Amino acid sequence: MANFTLNINGKKQQVDVDPATPVLWVLRDHLNLVGTKYGCGIAVCGSCTIHVGGVAMRSCMLPVSQIGSQEITTIEGLSENGDHPVQKAWLEHDVAQCGYCQTGQIMNAAALLKASPHPSDEEIEGAMNGNICRCGTYVRIKAAIKTASAR
Amino acid sequence: MTAIKSTLDRRTFLRNSILAGGGMVIGINWLTGCKNVSGDAALTMPKEWFDINAYLKIGDNGVVTIFTPNPEFGQNVMTSMPMIVAEELDCDWKNVVVEMAKHDPEKFPNAMFGQFTGGSRGIMSKWEPLRNAGAAARHMLREAAAQAWQVPMDEITTEAGVLFHKNSGKKAGYGEMASAAANIPVPEKPVLKDVKDFKIIGHSQKNVDGKKIVTGKPMFGLDYKVDGMLIAMIAQPPAFGMKLKSFDGSAAKAMPGIKDVFSIKTYNDGYEKAGFDTNAFPELVAIVGDSTWEVMQAKKALRVEWEPFSTYTETVSAWGNTRKVSVPAGLENSTDHFAKMEALAAKPGKVVRRNGDPEAAFKKAAKVIERSYSCPHLAHNCMEPMNFFADVKGDKVKVAGPLQAPGFIEPTLSARLGIPAENIDIEMTRMGGGFGRRAYSHYMVEAALISQKVNAPVKLMYTREDDMTNGIYRPAYHATYRAALDENNNLIAFHVKAGGIPETPLAADRFPAGAIDNYLAEEWSAESNITIGAFRAPRSNFIAGAEQSFLDELAEAMGKDPIEFRLELLKRAQENPVGDRNDYDAARYAGVLELVREKSNWANPPAGVSRGVAAYFCHASYAAHVLDLTIENGKPVVQKVTSAIDCGIVVNPDAATNMTEGAVTDGIGNALYGEMTFKAGAAEKTNFDKYRMIRMSEAPKAIDVHFVKNEIAPTGMGEPPFPPIFGALANALYKATGKRVYQQPFLGDRAMLG
Repeated sequence: MANFTLNINGKKQQVDVDPATPVLWVLRDHLNLVGTKYGCGIAVCGSCTIHVGGVAMRSCMLPVSQIGSQEITTIEGLSENGDHPVQKAWLEHDVAQCGYCQTGQIMNAAALLKASPHPSDEEIEGAMNGNICRCGTYVRIKAAIKTASAR
Repeated sequence: MTAIKSTLDRRTFLRNSILAGGGMVIGINWLTGCKNVSGDAALTMPKEWFDINAYLKIGDNGVVTIFTPNPEFGQNVMTSMPMIVAEELDCDWKNVVVEMAKHDPEKFPNAMFGQFTGGSRGIMSKWEPLRNAGAAARHMLREAAAQAWQVPMDEITTEAGVLFHKNSGKKAGYGEMASAAANIPVPEKPVLKDVKDFKIIGHSQKNVDGKKIVTGKPMFGLDYKVDGMLIAMIAQPPAFGMKLKSFDGSAAKAMPGIKDVFSIKTYNDGYEKAGFDTNAFPELVAIVGDSTWEVMQAKKALRVEWEPFSTYTETVSAWGNTRKVSVPAGLENSTDHFAKMEALAAKPGKVVRRNGDPEAAFKKAAKVIERSYSCPHLAHNCMEPMNFFADVKGDKVKVAGPLQAPGFIEPTLSARLGIPAENIDIEMTRMGGGFGRRAYSHYMVEAALISQKVNAPVKLMYTREDDMTNGIYRPAYHATYRAALDENNNLIAFHVKAGGIPETPLAADRFPAGAIDNYLAEEWSAESNITIGAFRAPRSNFIAGAEQSFLDELAEAMGKDPIEFRLELLKRAQENPVGDRNDYDAARYAGVLELVREKSNWANPPAGVSRGVAAYFCHASYAAHVLDLTIENGKPVVQKVTSAIDCGIVVNPDAATNMTEGAVTDGIGNALYGEMTFKAGAAEKTNFDKYRMIRMSEAPKAIDVHFVKNEIAPTGMGEPPFPPIFGALANALYKATGKRVYQQPFLGDRAMLG
């Protein structure tokens, strides 16, 4: 076990965990930030996507010991009131079916639009291909990203 | 206004509520209520409210809480069910708060339809009870106003949650009359609205959970947490056909944060299983600890010996029928499954339908076309793995988590724990996908047994690997179709023989049965120890693609347009049906084909695309798709799917459109890539690195959904659009490549066709 001070959603948070613990489980089990989801545990489904230093990363294979002072943003910290343009676009298109993967999709989409504010269809597909939606809401996810990108 | 709760005693209230077609629901879910619109300030119920009836309560501030009886896994019941109540209540949808009801067989009787989300039965089975609940409440509010204002009740009108008496100019919000209304006897047969007067039903409303979903609020079973809760995981046999021999948990138990390691048996010896007690691994090793990561690590340190089991028999009692089911010993292989299916397909099957004299017709045929189709097992792969919370304290049980059918599993849990059902409190969380998998909730029993053993609240979680290798798969199927043509290319006989491991996918009374004079349907099956279960449109999800591919091939051989050919058969089935067991309405079936023909502009496809069409009837609804694709770098790219659905009245059109888009995408994914294989009994695909799922770049570029407009009470929606997309894709692939595809998955792990 070791002590880590993490910078999460603009707040300093202290945890005492095994250094190998993935950030996903630190968030979910130790900090009650459960918007970041477990899907595969091997970084291939995208449900656990967070931002580390503004970059989208899979938190399920990211040991807490590697974070250092980098800033972590989770879905809970993406916006103050759920009004990030991507979140608003998601509601406008009523994207979700079961909803489980959508926080990961949103975090990935938000990082994409930050890096490339007006992505082409190919860019969107390339960036979002790592996020599985089992319900098959891809057409709406893409439409929502385009709506958000227009703002 | 003084807040007075209903003065009716519980017994009277229940009786009245049942008369109104439902049951009373009181109590607040641990999940706070969902507002129906996003962005505005949250609606709140006052501290006290009035239980009007079964499905709703009204606060004196006019806010209406509507309980959704069925659990939600993405098919939108949590929004569309309350819409039905709100419509008949005639309230303002903006003033509605939605809550998930708890499991309560007294209030929602009938295990099958009480609170079961599955079989596309949600809206179909709840249409009348939900309408009656809203209409009864509106009646009671009107009667309360009539009494308060001393005017005849039939002069009281309502609009958007306000009661009016036009002659006197009096008006009052529902909240003002709620307390008096709660004391009015529940009408037996409240007057329902005319369909043409609907203001909420048929008008798209946003998902009531939308804001919570996009902000990551706790709502799924895996998010469930209470103070002092431990985390549990299970170790299950590495292969079907194996069972626990012994284990050594000492190393695992010595690891940080680990509380206990022990084995559990999900059923008592000699237990008579119910229909949804499917479970390949009834004895497991449980690991319990403080945190998920610690338990995951300890699981790796667990030493377990597994051994092959001998053939055994279990008793399964379901739907009034008790039967012995043999579970064969052995470590099965997918390659053997396919060899066995082909061998059985070559033998005579059990005849389940015969019209005319098919054998004679085949004998005199000028041409016989025979084709065989097959598909592998599929895993459901819900994004939220199986999990459940349980807190067993003495003879009181609290369980919470994702499940489709609380009524199916409660008797199982009660029998296993020896605790009466009334002491079991089941809370249903939003499910991260279901697709049939969560109708088999053995994981809830496992969680309860673990909690009981460690005497603490526990959340059991399957890892992705546990989830994917746990069984309850879509079976492997095989179908052989034969058609006899005379010298003028007329279809004179049709023969289908279908089977699978371990069940047949045949639906002998469905189209084209009823449209052909000489018809023969046979079935067969082979037993297996690999457990299977409902998977989005069970059986239809294979047989539709096979049948619709064959009809396409047949149309071509007969020189007919594939839509026109189907319409000719349907015309025959409608005007002069063969046999009297046909289970579809030929006119509605033709209706979706005609609609999709028009909306896809069938006669004039866009340049450069290859088109395929398919249609199917299941779950009382009709669906047809036209799929346009191109081949780019050897890969199929679905440019557009045009869909036509007849599911009766569409409650929430945009959500139904979303469901159809999802079914289309899910179907294309499974048709192209979906496959679970077995080697020496072990499921070979254990996670999403090996199990290929459709990704955004492989999804259709556009999906254009149309609904047949009619006033028929709603029929199935979640499943019907799924089966025919397999056929539309196969037929378009043929147009694009000149090669027919007969075996799913069409692509599998390959990057390119060919």
